[in-house]
Amino acid sequence: MSASRRGLQGSRLRFVRGSQLVIDDVDLTVPRGAVAALLGANGAGKSTLLHVLAGVHAADGGSLGFDGDDLLALRRRARAQRIALVEQDAYTPGGLRVDHVVGLGRIPHQSAWGGDSTTDQAVIADALDAAGATALATRRYDELSGGERQRVNLARALAQQPALLLLDEPTNHLDIRAQLSTLALLRQLADRGLSVLAALHDLSLAAAHADHVIVLGDGRVVAAGDPVEILTPELIRAVWGVDATVLQHPTTGRPLIAFAPIASVASDEPSAVPVTAAP
Amino acid sequence: MTVSRPAETPSVDRSAAPGNTTEAPGPTGRIEGVATAAAAPRGAATALGALGLVAALAATVVLAATIGPAGLAPADVLASIGAHLGLGDATLSRLHDGIVWELRMPRILTAAAVGAGLAICGVVMQALTRNPLADPYLLGLSSGASVGAVIVLVLGVQVALPFAAFAGALAALGATLGLARAAGGLSPTTTVLAGLAVSAVFGAVTSLVIFWSATSDSYREMLNWLLGSLSGADWPATALAAGALAVVGLPLLTTGRTLDAFAFGDTAASALGIHVGRTRTILLVATALLTGALVSVSGAIGFVGLILPHAVRLVVGARHRALLPLSALTGAIFLVWVDTGARTLFDPRELPVGILTALVGGPVFAALMLRARRMS
Repeated sequence: MSASRRGLQGSRLRFVRGSQLVIDDVDLTVPRGAVAALLGANGAGKSTLLHVLAGVHAADGGSLGFDGDDLLALRRRARAQRIALVEQDAYTPGGLRVDHVVGLGRIPHQSAWGGDSTTDQAVIADALDAAGATALATRRYDELSGGERQRVNLARALAQQPALLLLDEPTNHLDIRAQLSTLALLRQLADRGLSVLAALHDLSLAAAHADHVIVLGDGRVVAAGDPVEILTPELIRAVWGVDATVLQHPTTGRPLIAFAPIASVASDEPSAVPVTAAP
Repeated sequence: MTVSRPAETPSVDRSAAPGNTTEAPGPTGRIEGVATAAAAPRGAATALGALGLVAALAATVVLAATIGPAGLAPADVLASIGAHLGLGDATLSRLHDGIVWELRMPRILTAAAVGAGLAICGVVMQALTRNPLADPYLLGLSSGASVGAVIVLVLGVQVALPFAAFAGALAALGATLGLARAAGGLSPTTTVLAGLAVSAVFGAVTSLVIFWSATSDSYREMLNWLLGSLSGADWPATALAAGALAVVGLPLLTTGRTLDAFAFGDTAASALGIHVGRTRTILLVATALLTGALVSVSGAIGFVGLILPHAVRLVVGARHRALLPLSALTGAIFLVWVDTGARTLFDPRELPVGILTALVGGPVFAALMLRARRMS
């Protein structure tokens, strides 16, 4: 394992909640410039893994590095200067203006006293611009639509000037255009050199936009790699317990996943079943 | 062994002249004028606002000292203050000088310190519990502090007063948060209900201790502790309240950015580099400490920590770097005027100041409740 590789390198990560091993020996890599999708059924540990990577939960074992630095040894603040997390369904505060919300991203870079420096203000303006939220700057956050909020959340994360951007289901509750523009934005950020890791539910969306997919099941990595190779009907059957046909997108050539309806609600559970070929 | 710190009523004030029922010019009118949330100022505007409020506070102190029996003018008040600070010769009669310097000044300055401190506590508690209804009074801290204070006074160990009040406030805070957590989480509703239960029990204990021990007018003493009163405020009380404000309140004023980090919840705060558990514990214990010290001189004055932060938030927005200092200053001005009303409205009788703050605070509480419902 070369420690000098650029990007995120996690190895044998473990996290215990109560007496339960929630993250179990997870290895993962997100190079600089790459968009990786974190996939898995509800409860597979996607959010928990993102929280461990962001330092919200302390890992109970394993190693985690970024650009060769040991993330687990960094102080919280130093870590927050490199890693930003966009949560799913975060608490919505009242009365804050959008540019102030984005300004929260500067907290890891600021001392307790004093206002926003000119650097802070420039970074906030850039972040708003990058997220396509400049026009929202003086609006109230709690009056925005879901898609607008998501752009502001992204701008807040960008104001942290992170090298690693973690997102927990960033397309949740968004209309299709907002979903596509969110993923296009993640691609732009990766092109600027960030490592991007996003938990996603939509497999076709992941297949179309991610360079890598990491599939979790019961806190373990079930499969990881190129979405074209990983997202097979067998794997989908094993992880999600549904029958799927993998097609090819007529214009992009990326995998397009079509699901068969489930006949009975009480159908078999995923994961524990051995991998069987789809009909 | 009477329980009498905030209950004593100075006699000179009311014997000097017949009733002078000047209406307290409530500072709330000033706040309601500019109710636009978008007008959040940057650092310079905050500094300007703070400067203006400091000037308003200074004017408030001088003007409030002229109000009441004795018909003093602002110049008389300034002369008395000047003489005592060694800036000029005593030109005022001894009686008038005594009214200004021995009765009104300590009371006004104590009111200012208590108002500022309670407002700071309210801002910090609202941010950390993400509960718009959080306030030292509603969450039971003030009642807890009263119990501690009353017990120490009964035992006759005055020195321990602020510490006992702190212990009481801390116990009440622990009880409220523990009860709320056990009842399903720290939602605004659960927390306020838990605070209600804790307040009721601690309030009853306060009453019991007073009733059991008091030799004179136990009902008035009870009211003064339960509703809050500044009528007993003397220079030692001022020193205690101002000291607590300096030692605990001023450091809390520097936590604006940290409180901002909690705006999107614990996970977001943590991802911004904040040590969430430790920070919340330290800051809540600090609010208990400050509340304890303030309650030990004033009793449990309600709603100041609730009203002021919300009123100021309407004008300057929700950013804590502006909200904390401006709420503190507004709280100081507010309580001085309300207390001036409490001592003059029904002259020669005194109202416990908490009656007036509750008269203002109850409707504000109701409005917040309705707004929270509309938004959910």
